[in-house]
Amino acid sequence: MTESEKKSLQITACKVRKGIVTATHAAKSGHPGGSLSAADMFTYLYFKELNVDPANPKWADRDRFVLSKGHTAPGLYSTLAQRGFFPVEELTTLRHIGARLQGHPNMNETPGVDMSTGSLGQGVSCAAGMALSAKKMGKELRVYTLLGDGEIEEGQVWEALMFAHHHKLDNLCVIIDNNGLQIDGPIDEVMSPYPIVDKCKAFGLHTIEINGHDFDQIEAAFAEARATKGVPTAIVMKTTKGKDVSYMENKAGWHGKAPNDEELEIALKELDAIQAELEG
Amino acid sequence: MAELKKIATRDSYGNALAELGKEHEDLIVFDADLSGATKTSVFKKAFPDRHINCGIAEGNMLAVAAGAAAMGLVPFASTFAMFAAGRAFEQVRNSIGYPHLNVKIGATHGGISVGEDGASHQCCEDFATMRSIPGMVVMCPSDDVEARAAVKAAYEYKGPVYLRFGRLAVPVFHEEGMKFEIGRGEVLHDGKDVAIIATGLMTYEALEAAKALEEKGISARVINLCTIKPLDAPLVLQAAQECGKVITCEEHSIIGGLGEAVCALLSENLPTPVRRIGVNDEFGHSGPAVPLLKQFGLCAEHIVEVAEDFCK
Repeated sequence: MTESEKKSLQITACKVRKGIVTATHAAKSGHPGGSLSAADMFTYLYFKELNVDPANPKWADRDRFVLSKGHTAPGLYSTLAQRGFFPVEELTTLRHIGARLQGHPNMNETPGVDMSTGSLGQGVSCAAGMALSAKKMGKELRVYTLLGDGEIEEGQVWEALMFAHHHKLDNLCVIIDNNGLQIDGPIDEVMSPYPIVDKCKAFGLHTIEINGHDFDQIEAAFAEARATKGVPTAIVMKTTKGKDVSYMENKAGWHGKAPNDEELEIALKELDAIQAELEG
Repeated sequence: MAELKKIATRDSYGNALAELGKEHEDLIVFDADLSGATKTSVFKKAFPDRHINCGIAEGNMLAVAAGAAAMGLVPFASTFAMFAAGRAFEQVRNSIGYPHLNVKIGATHGGISVGEDGASHQCCEDFATMRSIPGMVVMCPSDDVEARAAVKAAYEYKGPVYLRFGRLAVPVFHEEGMKFEIGRGEVLHDGKDVAIIATGLMTYEALEAAKALEEKGISARVINLCTIKPLDAPLVLQAAQECGKVITCEEHSIIGGLGEAVCALLSENLPTPVRRIGVNDEFGHSGPAVPLLKQFGLCAEHIVEVAEDFCK
């Protein structure tokens, strides 16, 4: 990708992050930490990777994305809004009564959401079902799913990966956001899922490790995933929870807490500064 | 009169799938290593490419089926009732029920007529858990003809459906080509002293009971409710109005099943005395199905006893 393309993605990711803090602030609840760690991935997916059409969100042959770590809905919503699925202004209705931006994704209410998720470990199975169905239906489309590193403590995740490998779902790409933290603390203290890469390999997935904040590495990983035949691909990405909001970075406490007025102001100031430098 | 032919509704399920598979290419079947028992093996033989074994991982299977429905296929996901409505309850609730996806859950081996395998496999709680999910249709066919009709109706209906089938071969008393509609019950035997409302294999027992009661001077109306949710409220209310007494019969816990659904309807609309026949608040145990059903009072003789006492 060209430098200007990369810069454009970085600027978009910055806007996505602003949407995340703005939405969770307006909701007075929600999950900013894991939304921010995955913001670059969300941005790359919706601005480079996925074959989707915001004007026709239910287009039958679109690529599918399942947010298995459904609590990071603010990250998905903010990206969908930037991509034009609905107005950015709607982000402040997050979690409000009557809003279509539910606390966790709802496929029947929000344009661009391909699967209702929220209960951890289930989305990856749904994605595997979609990938299998696409093959049965003779569709060329690809299916992507994003999981949390805490989420993979759920046994169902491994049932799903066993299934995906067994049925040779090479149209499925499983992304694991390894930000290292879950609600109760560091994942290796709560219930270590490590070694994640070895486990994915042992389940037969073509497994790639990347820095989830590096667009070149993300791009290369997806190219490798598309070129991989006969087995699904797992992308294990190292990320920083709360990325680009100084006081949230690497703090488990910001897993599921909204910024107050003052905290929002600081976050937006920091993100504005990053954006200004990129646009500089 | 010649003895009725006996067929287990799980066989009807497998046969109906194989039949529907011929006309409908979007029908896909998932199983969890129980194809021989759930009878989806019949479909597998005819359409091996559209039969997907998920191995012993029921939670994954139900969510995989949700993904298939989201893509526009019509999945039938099959395992024992215990694992579909019990173990995978939350996957059914969150990945199928909440998004209201077009998944059909074919749950076999419901109730204590599973027999020898014992309590761990005798699911008497599935109506309760599945009824509690918003938008879920819950059906329990009474014989082969109705079971095949129910599977066809489930395919044609858009939305999640839970179908319970049995392991035990039961008499086929419906006429081939019966009229079947989701949410509609049927009066099989008219009467005015007491209404016996039954589902599943208890419907035939209720019919036998009505005959015995007739000889004792008690006129019993027998209603078959294949669809437990949505309940055929007009039919139940009319029966309560005209008979004044209601007995419910189900191979399920008396907690949360047909009996409670009928009681809820009546207490809010037309308070009527009700006796519930079902599995009392206890687990099943091992034994051959028929004596086991008798032991639990899930038989015509017990219905007669309850009705006689009720009509004193």
